[in-house]
Amino acid sequence: MNMKNLKQEKIAEDRGVELNQLKISVENFNFYYGAVHALKSVTMQILENTVVGIIGPSGCGKSTFLRSFNRMNDTIPSARYEGKIVVDTQNIFDKELDVVDLRRQVGMVFQKSNPFPKSIFDNVAYGLRINGIKDRNFIEQRVETSLKQSALWNEVKDRLNKSAFALSGGQQQRLCIARALAVQPEVLLLDEPASALDPIATGKIEELIHELKLKYTIVIVTHNMQQAARVSDYTAFFMLGELVEYDKTSKIFTNPAKKITEDYVTGRFG
Amino acid sequence: MKAIALTDNPPKRLFSTAFKDKCVHAVFFINGMLVVLLLGGIFLLLIQTSIPAFQEVSIVEFLTSTNWNPTSYVKASYGIIPMLVSTFMVTVGALAIAIPIGIGAAAYLSDVASPRVREILKPTIEMLAAVPSVVIGFLGIVFVGPLIAKFFNIYNGLNAINGSVLLAVMALPTIISISEDALSSVPYSYDQASLALGATKWQTVIRVKIPAALSGIIAACMLGMGRAIGETMTVLMATGCAPAMPEGFPFEAFLGSVRTLTSSIAIELGEVAYNTTHYYALFALGLVLFVITFVINLISDIILHNFEKVHR
Repeated sequence: MNMKNLKQEKIAEDRGVELNQLKISVENFNFYYGAVHALKSVTMQILENTVVGIIGPSGCGKSTFLRSFNRMNDTIPSARYEGKIVVDTQNIFDKELDVVDLRRQVGMVFQKSNPFPKSIFDNVAYGLRINGIKDRNFIEQRVETSLKQSALWNEVKDRLNKSAFALSGGQQQRLCIARALAVQPEVLLLDEPASALDPIATGKIEELIHELKLKYTIVIVTHNMQQAARVSDYTAFFMLGELVEYDKTSKIFTNPAKKITEDYVTGRFG
Repeated sequence: MKAIALTDNPPKRLFSTAFKDKCVHAVFFINGMLVVLLLGGIFLLLIQTSIPAFQEVSIVEFLTSTNWNPTSYVKASYGIIPMLVSTFMVTVGALAIAIPIGIGAAAYLSDVASPRVREILKPTIEMLAAVPSVVIGFLGIVFVGPLIAKFFNIYNGLNAINGSVLLAVMALPTIISISEDALSSVPYSYDQASLALGATKWQTVIRVKIPAALSGIIAACMLGMGRAIGETMTVLMATGCAPAMPEGFPFEAFLGSVRTLTSSIAIELGEVAYNTTHYYALFALGLVLFVITFVINLISDIILHNFEKVHR
């Protein structure tokens, strides 16, 4: 067993969990936008096949944190970071790591649904095609599985060649989830995936998250505390760039350790 | 300073505000209509002056004959096919060079170049459009021509390829500038979605951004084509201007001298006898040219319009 695994084992032991359950480990992670210190030495562990909800007031750094897991912040010129994020056994900031591989392993769905101006089929197939997969049967199969996983198949199976823009907002968001699932990532990052949707569409997305948890590790940023309470197993409360509290969702919402967490989850500020 | 009350004792006006407003409206309306009138006027003038040509030359001969020889002692013939083919060759050649380079440059500007580089490069490229065509033609004679002659080991470099290269240079600013606008207006969320799926920057440009901006890019190419077809001085100087039908496609033809619609008009109109069939026939050439460029501009306008509708 190499050094990295030993270290992971120690962290796992400290948290009282099995090593094979630990999926992501964030160690002393700092993030800066130019001079702005957006995330202040965040340390947290995420277990496999769980849903972690990230809550906190606007501007607290929760989206920045989420976008660090697949290094989407790389495109921001003034961004700078310190510390480590380890997915499985790999530090994602390792110079040898190919960010393209990381993003295949850690999929992401954005706040505003952003299907490509292509057909429904081509949207889902996109991730496969850029990976050089040409086998038509394989792609068809994977598209079908992904659309079934995102509970969209029955609604679109007769019009796979129609433009993705013809779908409703909720359907578009589920299409984006299917698109992310098609490359079979291990971790799924959801950045307020339901904030632009009506209650029924939101309900469908939440149901979906419950099912996806069986196969994926999910990190979801949400503005809606009821949503965090409904979908997540663990909840992290961020404030002003600091991880204030991170615990089982039931604990955060019923008996938080810190006063400020309680004030936030009971809606005294936000 | 004394404040002027707006309500008490309003200053006496010669004309009412509403009247002034109407005047301004009328002035701008006239300005706008003037352009339309000019366009219509040019079109009518071309038609009116070319009609007499067809009293002696049949339209069928004009449009199908491969022989243009209006000053023949035996029998004058007026066939525009050699010039249409020449125009077509030079234009297609120019686009074959300019489109790949133009789209590549546009993709570089919109997606790879740093904002600083873009700010310097884009205006510079647009300035290329300001180089007078006679200067480009001159470069064709003294620089591109000898180069082509050397490269293909031929006697004379004033040929269709030379014209294509020069026209490509002239069409590039239009193609780059408008394609870059189209690529830059593709929503950033597409880039994000593609990158988050593990696509490289290059894959994102090729597979998402260019398809999404396609109608804008096509319009850019059409506008570049309009520029290439209508260009006179450069092709006049660089293509050799032999009015014979180009032969031996594709290589021999492109290495041979050609004469486009535009250069025919420019060469012959200065020497033609006034109010002869030849004179009128040159106006008919102008009419054909006008129709071609008008249709191309119209199509690119429609495509561009549709593009804007989709993205707003």
